[in-house]
Amino acid sequence: MSLATMSAQITDFANRADPYPLYAALRESPVTRQDDGSYLVSTYYEVRSLANDPRLSNDLRNRPPGAGGPAVAEEDPNQPPSFIFHDPPEHERLRDTAMRQFGPPHSPRFLHDMREDLAKIITDLLDPLEGKTEVDVVDDFAYPLPVTAICKILGVPREDEPLFHGWADTVASGLDPSQGKEKPRQARVELGAYLSDLIDSRRRHPGNGILGPLARETGPGGSMSKAELVATSMLLLIAGHETTVNLISNTTLTLMRHPDILKRFQSEPGLVVPLIEEVLRYEPPVQFVPFTIALSDIDIAGTTIPKGSQVWLLLASANRDPKRFADPDRFDPDREDNQHLGFYTGIHYCFGAPLARMEAQLALPQLFRRIENPRLLADPPPYRVNPVLRGPRHLPLAIDGLVA
Amino acid sequence: MSADGDVKALRRKGRIVVVGASLAGLRAAETLRDQGFTGSLTLVGDEPYEPYDRPPLSKQVLLGLECAEDTALPRTRDIDAEWRLGVAAAGLDRAAKDVRLVNGDTLPYDRLLITTGTKARPWFHPEEAALDGVFVLRTRDDSARLFRKLAAGPRRVLVIGAGFTGSEIASVCRERDVEVTVAERAPAPLVGALGEVVATVAARLQRDHGVDLRCGVSVTALEGDPAGRLRRAHLSDGSAIDVDVAVVCLGALRNTEWLAGSGLAAGPRGVACDAGCRVFDANGIVTDDIYAAGDVARCPHPLFGYQFLSLEHWGNAVEQARIAAHNMLCASTDRRPHLWVPMFWSVQFGVNIKSVGVPTLGDQLVVAQGALDEARFVAVYGYRGRVIAAASFDAGKWLGFYQQQIEAGAPFPPDYALVDRRTDTLQPVDPAFPDPHLPTHEPTVTVTGHSPTERRVQFVAPHA
Repeated sequence: MSLATMSAQITDFANRADPYPLYAALRESPVTRQDDGSYLVSTYYEVRSLANDPRLSNDLRNRPPGAGGPAVAEEDPNQPPSFIFHDPPEHERLRDTAMRQFGPPHSPRFLHDMREDLAKIITDLLDPLEGKTEVDVVDDFAYPLPVTAICKILGVPREDEPLFHGWADTVASGLDPSQGKEKPRQARVELGAYLSDLIDSRRRHPGNGILGPLARETGPGGSMSKAELVATSMLLLIAGHETTVNLISNTTLTLMRHPDILKRFQSEPGLVVPLIEEVLRYEPPVQFVPFTIALSDIDIAGTTIPKGSQVWLLLASANRDPKRFADPDRFDPDREDNQHLGFYTGIHYCFGAPLARMEAQLALPQLFRRIENPRLLADPPPYRVNPVLRGPRHLPLAIDGLVA
Repeated sequence: MSADGDVKALRRKGRIVVVGASLAGLRAAETLRDQGFTGSLTLVGDEPYEPYDRPPLSKQVLLGLECAEDTALPRTRDIDAEWRLGVAAAGLDRAAKDVRLVNGDTLPYDRLLITTGTKARPWFHPEEAALDGVFVLRTRDDSARLFRKLAAGPRRVLVIGAGFTGSEIASVCRERDVEVTVAERAPAPLVGALGEVVATVAARLQRDHGVDLRCGVSVTALEGDPAGRLRRAHLSDGSAIDVDVAVVCLGALRNTEWLAGSGLAAGPRGVACDAGCRVFDANGIVTDDIYAAGDVARCPHPLFGYQFLSLEHWGNAVEQARIAAHNMLCASTDRRPHLWVPMFWSVQFGVNIKSVGVPTLGDQLVVAQGALDEARFVAVYGYRGRVIAAASFDAGKWLGFYQQQIEAGAPFPPDYALVDRRTDTLQPVDPAFPDPHLPTHEPTVTVTGHSPTERRVQFVAPHA
């Protein structure tokens, strides 16, 4: 296997179910140059170091001409990129303003107050499985849970979900370096128009959800422009659609593959906390970040990444670096010092991590408490196309029934 | 007897005494057990409490967000130790290998770890210090007392000294809507730690939040009423302020008095030890059975010219304690150096202030990211053309990068493009630290004896 084609191999759907041998090959050298001039970084300390390196930019305007990356209409002032694709100081202004609704110090009880809602959503999703002998964990549970949650948080009408499901999926496919950009761009415009209308109506009739308050928010950096507000809500909506679903389904799949741990988990629900952390290390929902740009020459691990290069940070590979994690290919919820990169690190550390953790920590004990005698019907299950936001498209389980 | 030969026996049935039952002492004890030490372990603490966490004492506790009683440090494991709490160590007999306690007990040891930390420097005038309303802040009890006083709604608080503790207390006062005056001898708060360029931002923060900040003055006297309650403070500029509360924040004194006469290199600047935490005796000879860690320790750091650094940093206490515990249980070839890069943080006026490296060594400074005006920036300190430290206001996530730059001896000023690089102070400037040549310490030792067999160092008492 030629290293020059490594990025093509990673994005190749044939390797979706098990990309880890590719990562292991890549880790032979921490930094690998691709023929297109991009650099793949695969080892833990190097990925962590670069993710915290101020010489690395997330701002798409710094992309070299012709480079890949997510589809955004960066020239269109009505469609600015979300704060993921900004550097400080704009990044801080936008992220901090959004954060004022989500967490401390301004909204310290926000997540805590969601627990009951989430518990009810979980019950409402599991109850209809009564009498079934087969479930698709993705369609029946892992997908609708975070989607319902993020809709509730943003105040997006749940009945509009079929409408924006397609948009969210298509926009997220723009992260896939091997896919075309035109469809994602179009979906972004349509989703943006939808959210823009919604924000207008929330301004007039503030219902539930944070869009209304967010529109009125005036943080230290001033308030968000309408376009920024649309970009931010689009980011939160898509992240709510495309990531936690993988965390829940990857955890389910991993538990089905480790019956001894599953058995223990069913009698020891508190195991869920380290269990989820270990899934975030072992099968991270976001596998890599393919769009950062070196603003200067960066010397790392004996390689100089030249100024202007596109850099891929392979989080999933770093998480299995034997120099950082003993016996890294073993799934071990008792692992100590599990400082995985599943949520990234540095200033772009996952904004929704506390919410994702809470959703998964509430969902999985309930799922495995209630479904009886689950058996995996396909291993590997069919995967989603997206290599960045990697997870099963379907996860069919045979069950004997449902416990009340 | 070989020091290495009996390591196995020491691990199995040795006696280890840890004097100082705070963060460093606790973490060392845990590490000892982690590493398989099964002998007897005794922790001595002069306070009646099990180890507690200090950072909340000047922040959350004073704000009423956390009780002083609820600051007990979490345990990483069971340590199966004998606790001697509420009884201070009074002396050390190195020949007999025992620690004497103030109650007359003696604790024999095979290995001794000194983690006695520091205490608050008291107000220089004992009668004034005894006035009702005059506080220091170091311990849990100090914090609980000050909290009650602040909760009672004093008319005005005077903070004497605008280092980190003083500034944090001033911040708490403003958050509680209590009027506060800060008196600082230097030209700005935090000058000693970060230099005047950065300290100017700290001064602006204080004033923007309604602190009556008075710099370049010292408090000359505290005046009480006939009932012994603090009423007024007099300043060196001739002014006087009516205050009910004064908090003396003039830094810390190292708890080494109990080691007087022990022959260890333990004086007002701390207990000198090597990078492996082994304590030096007064002659500069390293001991093999006595170790030190935490605020009280003072050890050479290879990254900073092998200068003996004593660091009052939370992270230093943890890391140094672990190194000390490891080293006291292993053969000399397995010992590890304490190479922790100094790092500390503070929260005041809603701003997270962090520093890595040793800013006070800096001879130049650039604002590498952000802007001083916005109180959101990273200032990088250079020393003779290399990066020696960085300090951040609300930008702490970048400090890991600057730590790597420090460790790599990266050139200063940084000449690469960065995110958030602005126009604010891109040219190196003098960070403006107080003149280090002004003497702050008396000589503390004399060399005695004539023939090589009798030449020794003796500590001398500081001149009154």
